[in-house]
Amino acid sequence: MFKTQNNKAWFLVLPVLLLVGFSAILPLMTVVNYAFNDTFGNNAFFWVGLEWFREVIRSERMHDALQRQLIFSAIILAIEIPLGIAIALTLPKRGVWASLTLVLLALPLLIPWNVVGTIWQLFTRIDIGLLGSTLAALGVDFNLGRDAIDAWATLIVMDVWHWTSLVTLLCYAGLQSIPEAYYQAGRIDQASRWAVFRYIELPKMQGVLLIAVLLRFMDSFMIYTEPFVVTGGGPGSTTTFLSVDLVKMAIGQFDLGPAAAFSLMYFLVILLISWVFYTVMTNLDQEKEEVPE
Amino acid sequence: MAKITLSNLAHTYFPYPRGEQDYALKTIDLTWDDGGAYALLGASGCGKSTLLNLISGLRRPSQGRILFGDGDVTDAPTAERNIAQVFQFPVVYDTMTVRENLAFPLRNRGMKKDYIQSRVDQVAKMIGMEGTLSRKARGLTADVKQKISLGRGMVREDVNAILFDEPLTVIDPHLKWELRTQLKKLHQDFGHTMIYVTHDQTEALTFADKVVVMHDGRIVQVGTPEELFERPAHTFVGYFIGSPGMNLLDAVIDGNVAHIGEHEAPLGGKFGHLTGRTQIGIRPEHVTVSRTGGLPATIMRVDDVGRHRILRAEVAGAPVAVVLPEGAALPADDSCHLIFQPEKIGVFADDWRMAPEHPQDRSGS
Repeated sequence: MFKTQNNKAWFLVLPVLLLVGFSAILPLMTVVNYAFNDTFGNNAFFWVGLEWFREVIRSERMHDALQRQLIFSAIILAIEIPLGIAIALTLPKRGVWASLTLVLLALPLLIPWNVVGTIWQLFTRIDIGLLGSTLAALGVDFNLGRDAIDAWATLIVMDVWHWTSLVTLLCYAGLQSIPEAYYQAGRIDQASRWAVFRYIELPKMQGVLLIAVLLRFMDSFMIYTEPFVVTGGGPGSTTTFLSVDLVKMAIGQFDLGPAAAFSLMYFLVILLISWVFYTVMTNLDQEKEEVPE
Repeated sequence: MAKITLSNLAHTYFPYPRGEQDYALKTIDLTWDDGGAYALLGASGCGKSTLLNLISGLRRPSQGRILFGDGDVTDAPTAERNIAQVFQFPVVYDTMTVRENLAFPLRNRGMKKDYIQSRVDQVAKMIGMEGTLSRKARGLTADVKQKISLGRGMVREDVNAILFDEPLTVIDPHLKWELRTQLKKLHQDFGHTMIYVTHDQTEALTFADKVVVMHDGRIVQVGTPEELFERPAHTFVGYFIGSPGMNLLDAVIDGNVAHIGEHEAPLGGKFGHLTGRTQIGIRPEHVTVSRTGGLPATIMRVDDVGRHRILRAEVAGAPVAVVLPEGAALPADDSCHLIFQPEKIGVFADDWRMAPEHPQDRSGS
């Protein structure tokens, strides 16, 4: 058998290359371009090297936004992952109720971000919002426009409401794949409920949990729409997360150079932390030689 | 450790059974003596595993009681029964090492650390895994995993019984023999009650002191391997045990003679009037080929199975297998005569063995 080398076949890849070039690489290069140049309009660019990067890295405002962002993502993961697992463990395994609860759980996931923001904006209003006015009637001084803690609490509860279902559904899928024999062996070996969770359920959920953690980290780290709609980044700048700040800088102040440099670093930070999560979670137990069973 | 009593036990998987045919396990009364080595033998789907799961408490019986010693455990959860069970397919805890796997049942019972250590070492030696104790269980081959499962089943010294649900299915043939011998030895050393489910008669007969044969959700016979071979209580036991199984021929029983078609065979005893479908059963080992006398037969073929040759013949249209003694000569043409040893012939009415009214000698029945 001869295999003829036909390099013309490479032309078949061309459409994809063009598409990716236009949709991803060109826009990204524009950002790269802005990050290393200064401009005063008229498409006249001046090379400034790493000047914008230095400016952004030294900026106090950026440090604060990054810190807020890290705290926010950490809280989100710390709540949603355990809560998602806990809910998945309590769901019925089969039957009508299983399907029904799955549909109910999936509902928040289908609501667009800005609608979620609007819902919670209205929900927490002191004058007409159900939650806000109830709290006010109970004598709780709740005002997310004035109190940073109220604003944070609202954003966190909203995100938990919106996204815990995702973790739950992923974990549920992982749990469903555990053969009944494992639970039977656990009962034979007189394992406690905790031991069953720790040594049977958790190991089998490891794969889906990795996905859940990565998705929830990336999403929460890039959160924009909801704080923009609910708090507008306030009070003050207490809920100004990285994305919110980036948009302020790029569109509000039209500082395209620093904003571009900021964008690139933002992207790299997400990549870096995701990589750390991935590496840590896949190396949690050594000797990972998967054998198909 | 305790005697296990099954009293009036039955199980169905249907919430509203319409009749006996819906029961996976028909009414059973049986006692497993403390320290016995039992095999539960039967074809696939005859209710063996169901029975095992009822004893271990993984299922709750639809009817009847289960007693350990004098205590009723019918409603006790599995963990309280203190039973070990090894499943058909290996179940190991992937994230644990081999040592942790073996120690798991002991740790769950809160045993002392140095006891666990020494006991695990002991069990590891039995299953020949001393060298791999610190390895993760993940990534081991299926038969090694099954050895771990076996080890985990045997690690508790105070279990009421150890149940094996076809545990050697995934094991290589040469290892099978070795492990079975080890199980037998373990039984002798520690005296646990062991119940071994299998559909392989060799496994059952070599492992057990007593074999419980199940057929279609019913226990058809409990006996020593020898009893099952010599005096099967049911036609199923006759053809399921032995290789080849017992020859069964439809016959009309008249006193101490069986009429097969127009031929006659003498029986070892005198039988009264039998109702239903009557058959005689004779082991291939108890049939001899002769030139004259006996039943005329047509030779179909001769199988060489290594240890001996098996003659396949037909008597009055019914197949009959004969184990040929070494060096036996066969007639050149296709016809011959077969002699059934009268005292070895079993008489069955509607599949159940019938006892003769006047036994003519002690070994016959």
